[in-house]
Amino acid sequence: MALLEVDSIEVRFPLREQEVIALRDVSFQLDRGERLGIVGESGAGKSVAAFAILNLISRPGYISEGEIRFDGQNLVRLSESQLSRVRGDRITMIFQDPMMTLNPVLTIGTQMMECLRTHRHLGEREAREIAVENLKKVRIPSAEARIDQYPHELSGGMRQRVVIAIALLTEPDLIIADEPTTALDVTIQAEIMALLLELCETENVALILITHDLGVVAQVTQRTIVMYAGRIIEEGPTRALIDRPQHPYTEGLIQALPENAVSGQRLNQIPGMMPTLTAIPLGCSFNPRCGHASDRCKTEVPLLSTDQDHRVACFWRMQQGAR
Amino acid sequence: MFAFLVRRLIQAVLVMFVISLISFSIQDNLGDPLREMLGVAVSEAERERLREELGLNDPFLEQYWRFLQKAVQGDLGNSYFFKRPALEVIMEKLPATVELVLGATLIIVTLSVPIGVYCAIRPKTWLARTLMGLSIIGISVPVFLTAILLIYVFSIHLGWFPSYGRGDTAMIGFWETGLLTRDGLIHLVLPSIALSSIMLPLFIRLIRSEMMECLEQDYIRFARAKGLSNRRIWFIHALKNTLLPVITVGGVQIGTMIAFTILTETVFQWPGMGFLFLEAVNRTDTPLIIAYMIIVGLIFVVTNTLVDLIYGLVDPTVKLARRI
Ligand SMILES: Nc1ncnc2c1ncn2[C@@H]1O[C@H](COP(=O)(O)OP(=O)(O)OP(=O)(O)O)[C@@H](O)[C@H]1O
Ligand SMILES: [Mg+2]
Repeated sequence: MALLEVDSIEVRFPLREQEVIALRDVSFQLDRGERLGIVGESGAGKSVAAFAILNLISRPGYISEGEIRFDGQNLVRLSESQLSRVRGDRITMIFQDPMMTLNPVLTIGTQMMECLRTHRHLGEREAREIAVENLKKVRIPSAEARIDQYPHELSGGMRQRVVIAIALLTEPDLIIADEPTTALDVTIQAEIMALLLELCETENVALILITHDLGVVAQVTQRTIVMYAGRIIEEGPTRALIDRPQHPYTEGLIQALPENAVSGQRLNQIPGMMPTLTAIPLGCSFNPRCGHASDRCKTEVPLLSTDQDHRVACFWRMQQGAR
Repeated sequence: MFAFLVRRLIQAVLVMFVISLISFSIQDNLGDPLREMLGVAVSEAERERLREELGLNDPFLEQYWRFLQKAVQGDLGNSYFFKRPALEVIMEKLPATVELVLGATLIIVTLSVPIGVYCAIRPKTWLARTLMGLSIIGISVPVFLTAILLIYVFSIHLGWFPSYGRGDTAMIGFWETGLLTRDGLIHLVLPSIALSSIMLPLFIRLIRSEMMECLEQDYIRFARAKGLSNRRIWFIHALKNTLLPVITVGGVQIGTMIAFTILTETVFQWPGMGFLFLEAVNRTDTPLIIAYMIIVGLIFVVTNTLVDLIYGLVDPTVKLARRI
């Protein structure tokens, strides 16, 4: 049985004028210890998908359809108190900006030990020991002293290490990392990502990694999901998806990578912009930007093929046959 | 820490200097003190002699210099009416005012935090909406009206509380306190409520909006993702961040509250500094007026410095020496 099965999830935000649908028919699976990447443009719904897994969508948003089975339990149906036994214990999260994530008025130790006391009911001394041990695991120098410091006394990279240490405290089955390095200095991004990958491997934790960066996805993950305007449009083994992208949008993303640019020429940006949720075009939401769009693409929504390991939602590709 | 204190001390001296200058210079606009002292039946020659004697005919700067020299030695002149040192007269009334402010502060602190927090975490409930509505009314009704209303309902109509004065008091050294006798405490209730009537709703609204803003922050979402209990998220993660700005505002407001004591003390005939001040204004008792302003200014400066100190101690991101 898969560790996590997301089954036809739909997420809605009732706004003043209308209700927008931020996620449509999102389904995927994750095995124990597996690492999955989610990529897509800003606003594609990556963060909403991440928070939906923990049933933590910010108000007024809600999961309007579907099931999220984690280890056999449907998280959508759980009560708040049952959920809080999964959150921060079996599934933990890493957010984008470590300065905003850590509470400025509580020491690092307090913010680590509270997890252990909540989920493991440990005493002060034991909790502290485990916290220090985890700070060492993420290679924070002089962890015994650092643990009593406040977040502002640490650099950005150090803070994100602390957040990673918090995510590992309870030996979770799954870590969800939402752009864990975007807010950091370019020079330490790779370092932090390598650390996260290493720890996931040694601790055998599954990882959902949300990022804009296909290069990082290639390095870290085994499978990748591409999202566009609230839908999954392609999913497959990371290597295959990057070497042989099936969806014209994925292909566009890969061609737009700087390393694929021909020197002297402009970057191969996909023309146009992703639609906002209030103005999603009829049919395939990518059709206005697509070079292969047919009449069918403008009226009918392509569904993700279900049979193969490498899935794509594109009429043109289905006609062409997978390459 | 030391640098902070020195800097605050210099600031305090400057502020006190400005206050003394202002209060000293307005005395000419308050009316003729001699008429109050002597009545109208005294000859013009006699008046002129007394004026000369009191130094009222000297140039302003000379008068001010003389005042300042004495003031730094703790001599703020003699009250024309009481014929005693003004400082002494004021200090006798200080305990009554301080205890009134204390009573009001106690009401504000014990009520504003729970109510503000409740309205922030359950903003849509009818109770929260009602409380917010009431707080608007509370802010907009003037203190003297609240005071009169309180007297009308609780002392005239229901007869639960006395309507004026301090009741029985006891002496602890030089401090005349009403906190140790039952009668004194009962007398304190209505004036304290009246004095808190503006600040309490203000603080409830402040705490509510600060708390709601805190609850939107990423660290709260992260705390949720950590599976912490609501109680811990509200009262440890959010409240601590909420109270930091509230402390700063609170310090300033305690100072402002002293100004409101003038109205409250007058309505309840509370024998404090505010009541004394209003009487002094009516009698054109200039030394007393000046002494009052200087003492209140001093209280203001001291409380603000204390609040800054406390803030520096509770906010980990503040290094005292670097602030201000
Ligand atoms: N609190 C909210 N209220 C209303 N709409 C929301 C809210 N949160 C998200 N949405 C909608 O969901 C869409 C997807 O947002 P999401 O944050 O998941 O994007 P993303 O893919 O994570 O983008 P980014 O790369 O910028 O983080 C947004 O375009 C927005 O319209
Ligand atoms: Mg996002």
